[in-house]
Amino acid sequence: MKYIDEYSDSKAVAFLLGKISELSLKIGRKVRIMEVCGTHTMNIGRSGLRKTLPENLKLLSGPGCPVCVTPPEYLSATMGLLEGGAIITTFGDMTKIPDSRGRKLSEYPETKVKFLYSPADALKIAKENPAKEIVFLGVGFETTAPLIAAVIERAKKEKINNFSCFSSHKVMPPALKALADDRQSRVDGFLLPGHVSVVIGRKGYEGLDIRGAIAGFEPTDILRGVKELLEQITGDEKKIVNCYKRAVREKGNSAMREILYKVFKPADARWRGMGNIPGSGLAIKDEYARWDTVEKFNLSLSAEPEPEGCRCGEVLKGRCIPPDCSLFQKSCTPQNPVGPCMVSSEGACNAYFRYEVAHDEE
Amino acid sequence: MCLAVPVKIVEINKEGATNGSPAGATGEVAGVRREVNTGFLKDLKIGDYVLLHAGFAIQKVDTTEAKKTLKIWEEIEEDAKE
Repeated sequence: MKYIDEYSDSKAVAFLLGKISELSLKIGRKVRIMEVCGTHTMNIGRSGLRKTLPENLKLLSGPGCPVCVTPPEYLSATMGLLEGGAIITTFGDMTKIPDSRGRKLSEYPETKVKFLYSPADALKIAKENPAKEIVFLGVGFETTAPLIAAVIERAKKEKINNFSCFSSHKVMPPALKALADDRQSRVDGFLLPGHVSVVIGRKGYEGLDIRGAIAGFEPTDILRGVKELLEQITGDEKKIVNCYKRAVREKGNSAMREILYKVFKPADARWRGMGNIPGSGLAIKDEYARWDTVEKFNLSLSAEPEPEGCRCGEVLKGRCIPPDCSLFQKSCTPQNPVGPCMVSSEGACNAYFRYEVAHDEE
Repeated sequence: MCLAVPVKIVEINKEGATNGSPAGATGEVAGVRREVNTGFLKDLKIGDYVLLHAGFAIQKVDTTEAKKTLKIWEEIEEDAKE
């Protein structure tokens, strides 16, 4: 496929790996790079890159898997809405996470829980089911939230009043700041999420005191980002560099940010495993309260505990890797997940299970 | 979840998308046709490549920048031959 295949060229991969080895050797000490985005985690696993890197260079997965960082109380509230008769519309991965009582959305019939390809389809469902309440699970970062904002704006314009959005949207820069401030994470540099950056631009990271490389998702894109970070370390520099210029502009996509902040306002948000991060969430503005599930159903969410023994929280902060968790591959597998990082195909535990560890032959 | 793939615009649909979205186009990726909501981008033309995320075009692929990156790989290959 154009703009994909040519970025997986094996000669270019070999060249970049050579440069990365030279730079790692020069640095000498252990280097910890966090790939923030879940799609990076998945593609690093799928391409086998993690194992080809020098011994002293560690790639750690970050909190950029939206399903993984959605807190358990959000799921419980969703189950409540479902049992109250609402039709839940969502992207696929959300349906596989067990709530604190072990219930999953995937266990409900298709008439009650509907997978969407595009959030715009939720309005079509709302029109087809005028006597039902249609709730869209708003889970995602800056890449996805403007799409939902456009859908909410359209619901208002077309007076589709049986549709609402249950927003658990989050934004990336405050989470990056929290990670940079976390002494136990000890991240030397961040591989920044390419498609969040399409929206916020390189400028969206201004003010963060971090070493960052905005990277695309093909093997050479990822390695170019890693090489850039290693060069910054050897040159004792700290800056944000755009290594994904075919998609990311300096100022991002202003039309997407405009609709995003027309409908949403910054709010504090609880991230699974990371706790409350000020200003890291997106709440629906008062003008759109009629399409806000929280307002419409008068929901109040209180923090619920994580599953016992699950170390997803530490994985998301780069404090440990999935095989360090005693549940990993034992009581927690993609078929029978305990924590959210094992559920989502972009979750670190799921990617490690599928690509990074050996499995016993059946 | 922030997955986006480059698709080629093959048709501009003035009447909008079938799910009712006002701005629409048809894109093609690996031989498969997909409906594309184009509300976030201006001046799209047939033949442009866009990044498609959950049914919406979120950015035009900058072909000059794409070529520049690939040119680096070509130079690497040249170096390797010498």
